[in-house]
Amino acid sequence: MIPELGQFALIVALLLALVQAMLPLAGAWRNDAALMSVARPAALAQFGFVLVAFVCLAISFMVNDFSVLNVARNSYSRLPELYRFTATWGSHEGSLLLWVLMLAFWGAAVAVFSRRLPDAMAARVIGVMGLISVGFIAFMLITSNPFERQLPAAIEGNDMNPLLQDWGMIIHPPMLYMGYVGFAVAFAFAIAALLSGRLDAAWARWSRPWTIAAWTFLTLGIVLGSWWAYRELGWGGWWFWDPTENASFMPWIAGTALIHSLAATEKRGVFKAWTVLLALTTFSLSLLGTFLVRSGVLSSVHAFATDPARGAFILGFLVVVVGGSLALYAWRAPRIIAGGGYSGFSRESLLLANNVLLIAALGAVLLGTLYPLVVDALGLGKISVGPPYFNAVFVPLIAPALFLMGIGPLARWKNGRLADVAARLKWPFAAVLASGFALAFALDEFKPWAALGFCLALWIAYTVGLAFRDRLRGGGDLPRAFWGMQLAHFGMAVGVAGIAVVAAYSSERDVRMAPGGSAELAGYTFTFRGAGPREGPNFHAMRGTVEVSRNGARVATLHPEKRVYTASGMAMTEASVHPNFFRDVYVALGEPLDDQGAWSVRLFHKPFINWLWLGALLMAIGGFLAATDRRYRLGRAASRAAAKLAAQGA
Amino acid sequence: MQARHRKLALIAFAVVAVGIATTLVLNAFRSNLVFFFTPTQVANGEAPTARTFRIGGLVEAGSVKRQADGLTANFVVTDTARAIPVTYTGILPDLFKEGKGVVAEGRLGDDGHFTATQVLAKHDENYMPPEAADAVAQAQKAQSTVAE
Repeated sequence: MIPELGQFALIVALLLALVQAMLPLAGAWRNDAALMSVARPAALAQFGFVLVAFVCLAISFMVNDFSVLNVARNSYSRLPELYRFTATWGSHEGSLLLWVLMLAFWGAAVAVFSRRLPDAMAARVIGVMGLISVGFIAFMLITSNPFERQLPAAIEGNDMNPLLQDWGMIIHPPMLYMGYVGFAVAFAFAIAALLSGRLDAAWARWSRPWTIAAWTFLTLGIVLGSWWAYRELGWGGWWFWDPTENASFMPWIAGTALIHSLAATEKRGVFKAWTVLLALTTFSLSLLGTFLVRSGVLSSVHAFATDPARGAFILGFLVVVVGGSLALYAWRAPRIIAGGGYSGFSRESLLLANNVLLIAALGAVLLGTLYPLVVDALGLGKISVGPPYFNAVFVPLIAPALFLMGIGPLARWKNGRLADVAARLKWPFAAVLASGFALAFALDEFKPWAALGFCLALWIAYTVGLAFRDRLRGGGDLPRAFWGMQLAHFGMAVGVAGIAVVAAYSSERDVRMAPGGSAELAGYTFTFRGAGPREGPNFHAMRGTVEVSRNGARVATLHPEKRVYTASGMAMTEASVHPNFFRDVYVALGEPLDDQGAWSVRLFHKPFINWLWLGALLMAIGGFLAATDRRYRLGRAASRAAAKLAAQGA
Repeated sequence: MQARHRKLALIAFAVVAVGIATTLVLNAFRSNLVFFFTPTQVANGEAPTARTFRIGGLVEAGSVKRQADGLTANFVVTDTARAIPVTYTGILPDLFKEGKGVVAEGRLGDDGHFTATQVLAKHDENYMPPEAADAVAQAQKAQSTVAE
């Protein structure tokens, strides 16, 4: 009964999404207030019904209803309750439902928080969100129905993919999708602007908090995924340039360019056409990412199913969205009136340079991600583009962007003077260069890339401090947006420092360890105390005991595991990590080697790895502060007050 | 004049940036593409000996042997037509099993022995790496044509 209710709710949601798309858009076109007023209630109702569908699926998972195909394939009666719940979005169908839920959520959020938008604008934005919902709910109902029944019901489930049984995976997909789908709001604003021809500073101010909020979620989602891969895959890596990772990273790069371009559009009315194009691009890349991961064209961790119908549907949808929005852009963009002028050295031109570099980096990642697919599709053979390519291309393009990141916030809008900034920053620049290299020399071995990373991190951190000093001297208050920007930039500095150290100074060893034997790595002594059996709720494990000490002092006792999951028979390495602020010590079990209890063991020393997560967290907090700046909320209160006054006057 | 200069400067900057990016990309591309060869192609001498590439196929049943250090493994990768001996030092991925699909990246020695630097981990019991599936499919197709 529950699954049927869920399916019914999904069908109703599809119809509501159709209403949400058609009537308000028609109303905005014909300037019909009655039709436009349908937008908000339709968006809220659509969200309500999608939520009902989602809850129904979650209940089916919680009560182990193995007559539902999706549940039987992805859950197991002995799966712990928490994972039974998260298994709701562990499968292809379930994760699409989560996608649609997030989309409906953003639509409802726009409906609630858009009171100060002109009615036509709000109607168009919500209408476009409705159109996207139509596409995705139809996709689910046609190709990927999460509520499909099977007869007879399975007696037992196949279990959730053991890799996903981790709490990093509980929050990674919701955060990632909130980000992915959040860019639909920026996209809807851009389409609404093109439709109405209204593209001004006010438009940029409306769309900014939404875009920053989406970017914040995407940042969190990506870093949670990276953190999960680091701990759960047992290879000690945190970024593999895997196509599924690139799928989420490309919208992030475009989104980063977008929030910077939007800033210039709002403050100075410049780059309007470019900002709109970026908004279209960012969401198109989100869709491309969804296509890559969900169609099964890449077979890796995230692609659980391969079904050409699914790929064809999303590809068709992608073509309609990208083609349609670009055609609209080509038609309407020439009418966009260029904004004010600015000199060759100003905050505008620095933001533009940042955008050019980001987009070049994005292009390089896109090429490396799609090229193997295209070559394969054309039958020209199989190739792979690995991390060396991405590192060789990405680092030289991003390093200058990071350098400019230090200068940009210190340059004036419209008409900066290069000489002023140069005079101010030349000694700090020299000092940063000297201390960056000194730091790299002070560590056990000089690595040029590490020196570059230190210089950039120190440079950004110093200029963040300088910006605060300027602001406080100017006597102005410090609005949230300012805190947000500086905190996000500082987070980037922390992250870059972390990446530089972890990339240059990590060490690892694969060793054979007999009980009582020990091995050295990076000044730490690892002593193996043997491995014994342990029973988990849905797996058998061999649990090792490794004592870690340094200069004779005990540091930690780690318990890495080798698990075999009962239902799927899948083997899994569960690494054990001892973290602190400056390093992780990380141990993973390989396999048993003989009857005397010897194992192959992989040891890692990862200096500064936690700076990476910390940096990303600071960036997300910065994004949150910027998105909730008073300015965006004041506008609403002020316009409400104005409306009241007008009403009283009338 | 001012506006025109600015525009020219911007265009010049964009051209230079795009030029540098293109050069970087093409350079990196040329040197970092990793090609894939099937065991049959390797046996026919189509694979390079100077650079790293990937091979894929099935781990031949009964072929996995460990050396005394416990960390170096020898095994044979086959596409059911031809087979290549492979050596790998390190911890093999969880799903590495005899009779299952595998993809290895490394170099081919003059003696026809493949030294792997990486054995790719895949994360699903029933999942066959596409390269491995492809190698087996090609070999079987070739065999059936010969048989006819």
